[in-house]
Amino acid sequence: MKKSSARKRRPAKTSRRDFYILRLYIAGQTPNSIAAIANLKKICEDKLRGKYRIEVIDLLKKPQLAKGDQIIAIPTLVRRLPPPFKKIIGNLSKTESVIVGLDLQPAR
Amino acid sequence: MPSAKPKVVRKSLAKAPTGIQGLDEVTGGGLPKGRVTLVCGGAGCGKSLLAMEFLVHGAVRYGEPGVCMDFEETEEKLRSNVASLGFDLRALAKRKKLLVDFVAVERNQIAESGEYNLEGLFIRLAHAVKTIKAKRVVLDSIEALFSGLTDATILRAELRRLFHWLEAHKLTAVVTGEAGEHTLTRHGLEEYIADCVIGLDHRVTEQISTRRLRVVKYRGTSHGTDEYPFLIDREGISVVPITSLALTHKSPTDRVSTGIPALDDMMEGKGFFRGSSVLVSGTAGTGKSSLAANFCRAACARGESCLYFAFEESPSQIVRNMRSVGVNLETWLKKGLLHINAMRPTSIGLEAHLAGVHKSIERVRPSVVVIDPITNLVSVTGTYNVKSMLMRLVDFLKVEQITSMFTNLTFAGDPQERTAAAVSSLMDTWIVLRDSKPNGRPRRELYVLKSRGMAHSREPRELLVSARGLELGNILRDHTVATAVAGQGGITAPE
Repeated sequence: MKKSSARKRRPAKTSRRDFYILRLYIAGQTPNSIAAIANLKKICEDKLRGKYRIEVIDLLKKPQLAKGDQIIAIPTLVRRLPPPFKKIIGNLSKTESVIVGLDLQPAR
Repeated sequence: MPSAKPKVVRKSLAKAPTGIQGLDEVTGGGLPKGRVTLVCGGAGCGKSLLAMEFLVHGAVRYGEPGVCMDFEETEEKLRSNVASLGFDLRALAKRKKLLVDFVAVERNQIAESGEYNLEGLFIRLAHAVKTIKAKRVVLDSIEALFSGLTDATILRAELRRLFHWLEAHKLTAVVTGEAGEHTLTRHGLEEYIADCVIGLDHRVTEQISTRRLRVVKYRGTSHGTDEYPFLIDREGISVVPITSLALTHKSPTDRVSTGIPALDDMMEGKGFFRGSSVLVSGTAGTGKSSLAANFCRAACARGESCLYFAFEESPSQIVRNMRSVGVNLETWLKKGLLHINAMRPTSIGLEAHLAGVHKSIERVRPSVVVIDPITNLVSVTGTYNVKSMLMRLVDFLKVEQITSMFTNLTFAGDPQERTAAAVSSLMDTWIVLRDSKPNGRPRRELYVLKSRGMAHSREPRELLVSARGLELGNILRDHTVATAVAGQGGITAPE
């Protein structure tokens, strides 16, 4: 497993199947990167409270990690768990497409 | 080093040699150093191979490590593809000479939400370049991005930025692109690449495939603008011609024997000029191959090496047949002075054929070359193509100062034989052989129709072929022959 500079949320008591591990690739503190982090946090808090962990990887610091997840665009969000593997590119400003892209069940 | 003459200093564009045989000649030294070159063409035309050769040769021969960002093939696939050409990517990677980064662009895995750029790609490229201190980069084929990402505006801006980035980092880059219907590339990559564009083409006419290469554009340098045939074989790409078509070759004054003393006598007693081209034309069975074999034997006897291209017969057939006319070729084959290269032109196509001929010559480095017969090349394609091909070949042979003999089968009753007419201007010497039946007795005749730069006999002689070898009889003076000579070409006596 690769190490990552991560912002972690303590996993709540929930089944493995429902737990989300999301990895966000950025390159420095650009407006798009900052926006993506904020947008992602908000969506996760709304939809996945207590059931997610976000790892933020700054490729300027760890360029060798770009190859593993086939990163081309920045920002790129990768859903590592639960399977299947999914990828969303962009600053995540379009909430609906993030929800669809990550296949998040409605919180209700 | 100080040179004797003060030269006008002209800053010429720095070039990065590709190491691809012929391409560096056509481009005057290689691709523009520190700039981006676009290589475009249809599927299967050899773009990726050209790019990989550029990279591998750069790493191996020119001390310029290279990075390949491959958008189509995985590292494993690419590795096995180029292994067949003798390139060991794994070893090169280990020695930090060459890195391959497979960039997967899978449409169905990627969703888009908001703004983005391609910084990830830049970071990967920069990281790979830094890791091995690369000087060369290949992006093959970057157009895959267009199928993976939907936002063409972002993509185009990023591509522009990418090409600027490559130039800013003084990287010599090759970018490949699929040919479009009305544009050079499907996604108009040529708009971004101003310095050098190379087009590849692979067409099939009458079941014969030919590959061609053209330098569409090369800013700041003169380059050949023709379409050049090229060949892909075990050793990769080779582009013909190997030399430029400038008429700058030297003309040696020393002479080489024809292999038949009496024929030497007809040419000032000395034979052909070294490095000249000789055409031997005649109808079937007049002794063209025998004449060529004598020429070869004489070269080998002088200790020179000889390369015989046989387009009609197998080596063993030639050896057997020539033994019957008193020429023992086997000795010279065994001594390694004579090389017989037998192939049928129709099996591979004219360009491939020409390239094959060039490569054999480069390998053997003979002082004498025989092509027997050129007529078979006409069966592959039209006369015009044969002429341009032969022109390149003849020029190449002259630059290398290789004496060459071409045999040409003419047909009875066809005095305006097209091939002979088309190629004769390329030839320094033209020897005509033919049958005639004066008084109902068949005989072979030989005369020297032309031989530039010497006072040669124009008198027809009887050619005597026996187990002892070729000999020339007396000068023929009877009337029927004289008329036939005036008609030139292959002629039989009227019924």
